[in-house]
Amino acid sequence: MIDLFAHLPLLLAQHEAASHTGAGHGGVAAASAVAPTILPAHGSLPDWAGYVPLLPLLACVLCALCAIFRVRSKLPAFITVAMLAAGFVLAFLTYQNTTSSGTGQYAVVHLWDWINFRWYTPGEGHKSIVHAVIANFSFYVDPLTCLWMLFVTGLATLIALYASEYMSHDLGAGYCRFFVAFNLFVFSMACLVMGDNLLLLFLGWEGVGLCSYLLIGYFYQKPSAVAAGKKAFIMNRIGDLGLSMGIMLTYVCFGTVEYANLFQSQDFKAYLEAAQHGHFDYEHIPFLVQLIPVLFTVGAFGKSAQFPLYVWLPDAMEGPTPVSALIHAATMVTAGVYLVARFFPLYLVGGNPFACAADCWLFSWATHISALDIVAWGGAITALLAATIGMAQFDIKRIMAYSTVSQLGYMFCGLGVMGATGGVSHVFTHAFFKALLFLACGAVMHGFAGQLDLRKLSGVGFMKGWGIVAITMLVGCINLAGLPFITAGFWSKDEILGDAFANPHTRAIGVILLLTAGLTAYYTFRVFFRVFVGPKHYEPGDEVHAIQNPGGHAGADVAHAHHDDHGHDHAHAPGSESRGTHDSHDFHPHPPGIAINLVLVILAIASFAAIPLVSSYFHSPTWAAKLVLTSTAGVSPSAHEHQHEPFLGFSDAHAAMKVISGIVAILGITIAFFLHYLGRTTAATSRADALLPMLGPIPKWAQHKWYVDEFYDAVIVKPLRVLSHIFHLIDKLLVDGVVNLFGLLPRIAGSLVRRQQTGVLHDYAVRMAAGVTLVILVVILFKGGVV
Amino acid sequence: MNLLSTLPSTLAQAGFPAPMEPATLYHYLVVSALMFCIGLIGFLTRRNLIIMFLCTELMFQAAGIALIAFSRFHLNHTGETFVIFVLTIAAAEAAMALALVVLLFRRKETLDASSWMQMKG
Repeated sequence: MIDLFAHLPLLLAQHEAASHTGAGHGGVAAASAVAPTILPAHGSLPDWAGYVPLLPLLACVLCALCAIFRVRSKLPAFITVAMLAAGFVLAFLTYQNTTSSGTGQYAVVHLWDWINFRWYTPGEGHKSIVHAVIANFSFYVDPLTCLWMLFVTGLATLIALYASEYMSHDLGAGYCRFFVAFNLFVFSMACLVMGDNLLLLFLGWEGVGLCSYLLIGYFYQKPSAVAAGKKAFIMNRIGDLGLSMGIMLTYVCFGTVEYANLFQSQDFKAYLEAAQHGHFDYEHIPFLVQLIPVLFTVGAFGKSAQFPLYVWLPDAMEGPTPVSALIHAATMVTAGVYLVARFFPLYLVGGNPFACAADCWLFSWATHISALDIVAWGGAITALLAATIGMAQFDIKRIMAYSTVSQLGYMFCGLGVMGATGGVSHVFTHAFFKALLFLACGAVMHGFAGQLDLRKLSGVGFMKGWGIVAITMLVGCINLAGLPFITAGFWSKDEILGDAFANPHTRAIGVILLLTAGLTAYYTFRVFFRVFVGPKHYEPGDEVHAIQNPGGHAGADVAHAHHDDHGHDHAHAPGSESRGTHDSHDFHPHPPGIAINLVLVILAIASFAAIPLVSSYFHSPTWAAKLVLTSTAGVSPSAHEHQHEPFLGFSDAHAAMKVISGIVAILGITIAFFLHYLGRTTAATSRADALLPMLGPIPKWAQHKWYVDEFYDAVIVKPLRVLSHIFHLIDKLLVDGVVNLFGLLPRIAGSLVRRQQTGVLHDYAVRMAAGVTLVILVVILFKGGVV
Repeated sequence: MNLLSTLPSTLAQAGFPAPMEPATLYHYLVVSALMFCIGLIGFLTRRNLIIMFLCTELMFQAAGIALIAFSRFHLNHTGETFVIFVLTIAAAEAAMALALVVLLFRRKETLDASSWMQMKG
């Protein structure tokens, strides 16, 4: 009987959920009455919206079966592309369903129960208090989710297609392993983005971290790849600690981890209202609630490679290039941005988390830092730092990695200066053009036997078969540089800059971002002018050498010679310096095939097609802005509206930024043109070399990444290692010593007694007799007689 | 002949030897203890396996005498019964032990007990 009552609420809840999802088959149900807060209202969605993550999971299982049955064809790639394309179609239909009504709505699609703990404690009278941890495998679909799922599934499909050709040197077990991890990644990413509760988000969060680790270490025989994988995994653990503590704190403060319940709870609405009126004291908003966003920020900074946890991302380029493009540029690293955008209302209530520090003189400076300030300043520092490092690198993939870190910093700045629209728009446009840049760099790497050094490649665009790569690369570069008006990157970046300058308190951040924009334009076109145009000249990479020793199957695209159908003998290649195209008998660049070119062209078109979606020239608010504003990220920070003050003689900051950031971008490109294109006769030298001595040691410092890795090594790794040695000694001497002592006692006793065991029969007999005599004596003496 | 046949009674009448008192438990136990000690000393001093074995038999029988003596003087047959069993077992054990001694002898061509000290049994 008791059991029945215990399950009653659960049964009712399930029934309710079933009726909700059942009612939604005719599209989104009519919007419920407008809620008093600006938080989105509840809508509903058909069940199939929940299948978006399941398709990659199915593909993952199928690829694993391919591995078991030792498939040695491109079958896993075709399965992956088909499933992910289907996922994209479903995501698109979901998006249409969600936004068709035009109002802010979310829907929860319940797949199955996952975590469901309930317990009761006695309350007042006969009532008992119900406690529950409920985290179902169900999805929270709102416009923000849709935005993310659209580009995640879309890019994953395209990049899987690219990888089908790019990874073809490794057909067989490696190929299957790659696509298993690839699909698992998409599944995890979908759980992360779509999950309706923090635990499912955390599952996805850890899942993408795992897949990132697996794929960075794809070439597991290469020590640097293994080290990079471990570094990424461990750095991410630091962030994950913050996120997991944030999740626990969320449960402690709100008693739920489900977004819908969290954002609709009375407590939360009260806090939000207090925040919107500027009451950030602990009376109105408890300290722990204000601490949640700070902890989430730690998690977001770890996953999205922000200062000080960014150092893993450049090293992650050891993985195959499609992985770099999908995971470490377009999707996974934007999970942190998603987290901040999803919990934007929580960030708004975290306006004064460190007010308690006022009592302590050491930390009193932190008293007025809000959670969003941390996000904004972390992003700004990262953006500038990574851009300066990117300027001094020579490895084109690393340059792209640093630009990713830098652009992620931009996105966080956008969120941090309370312009969620700009941040999220930039995620969207960045996903396309950065994937495009990586894939173009990957095509070069693929074709030139792993050569990535921009001093050893020149004029690639003029070589036969490389035109498409060069043109699409140019498209990516102008987007990243933010060439005014004709690129999507310009519009989304401008949005962030405008938001930063619109608020007088964040103008310093705006100035940093503007400087970064100039640096970005410079280093992006430094790559383009040196590698894709200029005199034709190249040296193949190391992987030609690797072919010579069959045991050393180490390099990235080591063996694209295995399937090389040109029939050239690559074995002559090593050793000769400065090889020109005239002397190319022993090495031919390997122009990309149809799959790679197709994907590059689609991405280039997509990055232009994104312009109307993010540009305020076409719609205001833009398509992306509408999606953001009708989701949880759209909650307005204060009760009053965004103000448009005149700025530098323009009508408002956004208008001013359109001109100023455009000028900065063109300036950066022009400088790159003068320094790296004009007057360059070889691949290795440029006019910039003449300028370097004027800057003193700064370029060298930047090339060594400002010694941040060395700093971490000295400050964190070395002391930890010393500490671990000390603890090792303590363990060895103290703990083991005590245990060994107890082992030693019987041994000592044994060594004393063992001498008695002579093997002489008479000795035993004598001792036996003596023993008997002794017993008799004892009996006689103490019992007083024999009888 | 007559003289010879009457000598004991004649000697008895003369008080020689002194008339025997009935044997007591004490006498039997002394015999038993003496036998045991002879066996023990023999066991400890001799090195020949067969002699040592015979010495153990001697100690065995000493124990048997003590048991029978107690049985006799307590007027029950428990001890006697027990000794009969012991003798049976001892016979069997003797057969076993002698067979072992034969085997040991075959291995080393000697009956010296100290030649087996490597076994440290």
